[in-house]
Amino acid sequence: MSKRTMLDKIWDAHVVEQAEGKPSVLYIDTHLIHEVTSPQAFAVLRERGLKVRRADRTFATMDHAIPTRKLAFDLWPTEAAVQVQTLRKNCEDFGVTLFDLQGEDQGIVHVVGPEQGITQPGATVVCGDSHTSTHGAFGALAFGVGTSEVSHVLATQCLMQEKPKCFAVNVEGRLGPGVTAKDLILAVIAHIGTGGGAGHVFEFRGEAFRSLDMAGRMTVCNMSIEGGARAGMIAPDETTFEYLKGRPYAPQGEAWDRAVFRWRELPTDEGAVFDREIHLKASDIAPMVTYGTNPGQAIPVNGDIPDPESMSSEEEKRATLQALDYMALRPGSKIAGQQVDIVFIGSCTNGRLEDLRAAAQVVRGKKVRDNVRALVVPGSKHVMKAAELEGLDRIFQESGFEWRNAGCSMCLAMNDDKAESGKYVASTSNRNFRGRQGPGARTMLMSPSMAAAAAVHGEVVDVRQL
Amino acid sequence: MKPFDRVVSKVVPLRADNVDTDQIIPAKYLTTVSKKGLGKGCFHALRYQEDGTDDPSCPLNQPVYQGASILISGSNFGSGSSREHAVWALTDYGFRAVIASSFADIFYNNSLKNGLLPVKLAPGQVEELMQLAQSKPESKIQIDLEKQTVVSPEGREYGFSIDSFRKSCLLQGLDDLGYLLQMIPVVEKYEERVAAGI
Ligand code: SF4
Repeated sequence: MSKRTMLDKIWDAHVVEQAEGKPSVLYIDTHLIHEVTSPQAFAVLRERGLKVRRADRTFATMDHAIPTRKLAFDLWPTEAAVQVQTLRKNCEDFGVTLFDLQGEDQGIVHVVGPEQGITQPGATVVCGDSHTSTHGAFGALAFGVGTSEVSHVLATQCLMQEKPKCFAVNVEGRLGPGVTAKDLILAVIAHIGTGGGAGHVFEFRGEAFRSLDMAGRMTVCNMSIEGGARAGMIAPDETTFEYLKGRPYAPQGEAWDRAVFRWRELPTDEGAVFDREIHLKASDIAPMVTYGTNPGQAIPVNGDIPDPESMSSEEEKRATLQALDYMALRPGSKIAGQQVDIVFIGSCTNGRLEDLRAAAQVVRGKKVRDNVRALVVPGSKHVMKAAELEGLDRIFQESGFEWRNAGCSMCLAMNDDKAESGKYVASTSNRNFRGRQGPGARTMLMSPSMAAAAAVHGEVVDVRQL
Repeated sequence: MKPFDRVVSKVVPLRADNVDTDQIIPAKYLTTVSKKGLGKGCFHALRYQEDGTDDPSCPLNQPVYQGASILISGSNFGSGSSREHAVWALTDYGFRAVIASSFADIFYNNSLKNGLLPVKLAPGQVEELMQLAQSKPESKIQIDLEKQTVVSPEGREYGFSIDSFRKSCLLQGLDDLGYLLQMIPVVEKYEERVAAGI
C-alpha cells in the first residue's frame, strides 16, 4: 500500500460514500455541541420531524454565553438564560447527554471533551465552534462546522466534505526555559500568516511538539484555526494514551487494549508526502506577544513593533497600519514595557490545570499591580476543583485576581466579562481581533506565565528575566 | 435555501484584509436562538460610533450604497469563528454575494449553505472592482452564477471558479440535508462494517 499521512488514514476510514463529482460523505464519530451554535440546528430537526440519529455520539455543554460570576440564575441576562434553557430542552427532548451548568462536569466544550475521554485518537470530531481543532492533539481529525452542518450531523451523523490538504509543520528541538506551547504556536502562525493554512490540515511534527504534555498539545492544536487551517493534529503516543486511560468515556478493559493497538497504526507512514511543509527550530522561539489585530501579528517579547513602511507588500503595509492604529502602538518601539490594564487567564487555549499552575507559580506571594484588573477563569469545573484542591485559587485571590466559575468569559465577551474601550488586555485566549474582548478593547495574546507576569508588573515583561 | 442565479447591484467597498466574523457580527448578538434579525448587528463596530450614532465614514452608512447586495473586500474574508451567524447577518442585511481575493474555509462553506455566493477573484481584479465601487458608487455590476462571471458596467468580464456540485445546489436552492438523508441506508451499512471491525 502507498505511504499515507495520518490525515489520509483517518479520512479513508470515515468515507461512507464517494460519488462522482460530489464531496465525500464523511462519517462523524463524535459531535460536541454548545448553547450558542445549536438552537437553530435543533429547530431544523423539529421543522422536518427528524431525530438525533446517534444521541450516544452527541455531547453537549454550556460555556459561551453563561456568566462566570457566582450569580444566581434569575439574575442572568434573559437572552443567555433562554439559550441555556433551550439547550436543556433540546437535550432532554432528543436524548443527548448534557454536561449541565448545575452538574460537576460542565466547562468549555474543548476542555470537557478531552477531560471526559470523549475525544479519542483516529476519530472524526466536530463541533459548531472553530476551536474544535483542539481535539486534534489526540490524533483525531477535529474541525469546526457551521450551524447548518450541526443540523446535518445531528440528523445523519455525516457531513459532505472535500478532503483538505495536509501541511506538515516541523519544529525540531526543545523549547527553552520560560517558552511554552502558546509561544510555539504563536511563532508558527507569525511565520505562515493568519490565512496561511487555508484549505489544509496541519500535522505538527518534531520534538518540540512530541515533548509537550497533552495540555500543551491542545494549546497548539487549538490555534490551528488562527493559522487558517480548520484542523491540526499531533500523532498519538504514550503521552496520549496515558492521559486518556481510565477517563469516563475512554474504552475500558480489553476494549482499551484493542483501541491502543489500533491507535498505534495512526501516525503518518515514513516517507509519506505532504502537500506543504515548513521547518522551524525550537531554539529560535522566544515568549511571544501579539501587537496587532490578528494572531499572526506576533513578535518575540524582546522584539520591536514592526514598521509598516518596512513591509514588502502594500497589503501588509495597510494591514499593519490599521492594526497599529487600532492598538495605538508605535512602530519601532518595544512591546516589552507596554502598559497592561486587564489580565485574562483562561479559555480553551490556556484554561487547563497546567496553565493555571504556570500562572500561579509566577504570581505566588506577589500582588497584582494597582489599576490592573485580573481574572482567572478555569476551563471547566473539574479544572476549577482540581486547582482549588492544590490551593491555586488562594494564590490567585491573595494576589488580587478574581477567581471565577468555568466558561468562555472574556475570551469572546458574550457575557458581562468585557474589556472597556481603549484598555490593553494581556490575554491567554486565542483571538486579538478588533473588539473581540469588548468594543475598542486592545488584546495582546501571550502565554499564561507571561500574562501572570504582566499582571504583577502592570506591563508586558519577559518572564525569563524574572 | 433561496436559489441563486444572478444578481445585478451596486457594490459596497470594504477595504480591509482579514475581515473576521467577530467584525461581521460581534458576540453580543449571538444570544439569539433564531436566524432572523441579525442584520442590525452586521458590522456593528464599523457602522456605529461609540455613542451609538452612525459613523458617516462607513460606506454601509452612505446613502449612495443603500440597497446594494454585493460586498467587496480583501483577502481571508470571514476568518475566525465558525459562527454561521456571520452569514445570517450578511444575508439579513441584504447581501447576496461577497467578492474577495480569498475566504476563510468555514465561512466559505457556511455561505454556500445559505445562498450567499462567495466569489473569489485574483487580487488585481478585486482591486479594479474595489476602485470602481469607490470612485463610481452608482455603478452596478452583474454576477452570473450559471456563467460563473462578474461583469462590470463597461462590459469587462471576470471569470470565477466554484465547485460544480456546490454550484448546482446554489442554482437549485438545495441544501445538503436532503442528500444526506437519502444516504441513511449506506450510513447504516458503514456503521455495521465498523462495528464488525472490517
Ligand atoms: S474559550 Fe473562547 S475560543 Fe474557546 S470555545 Fe470559548 S469562546 Fe471559543
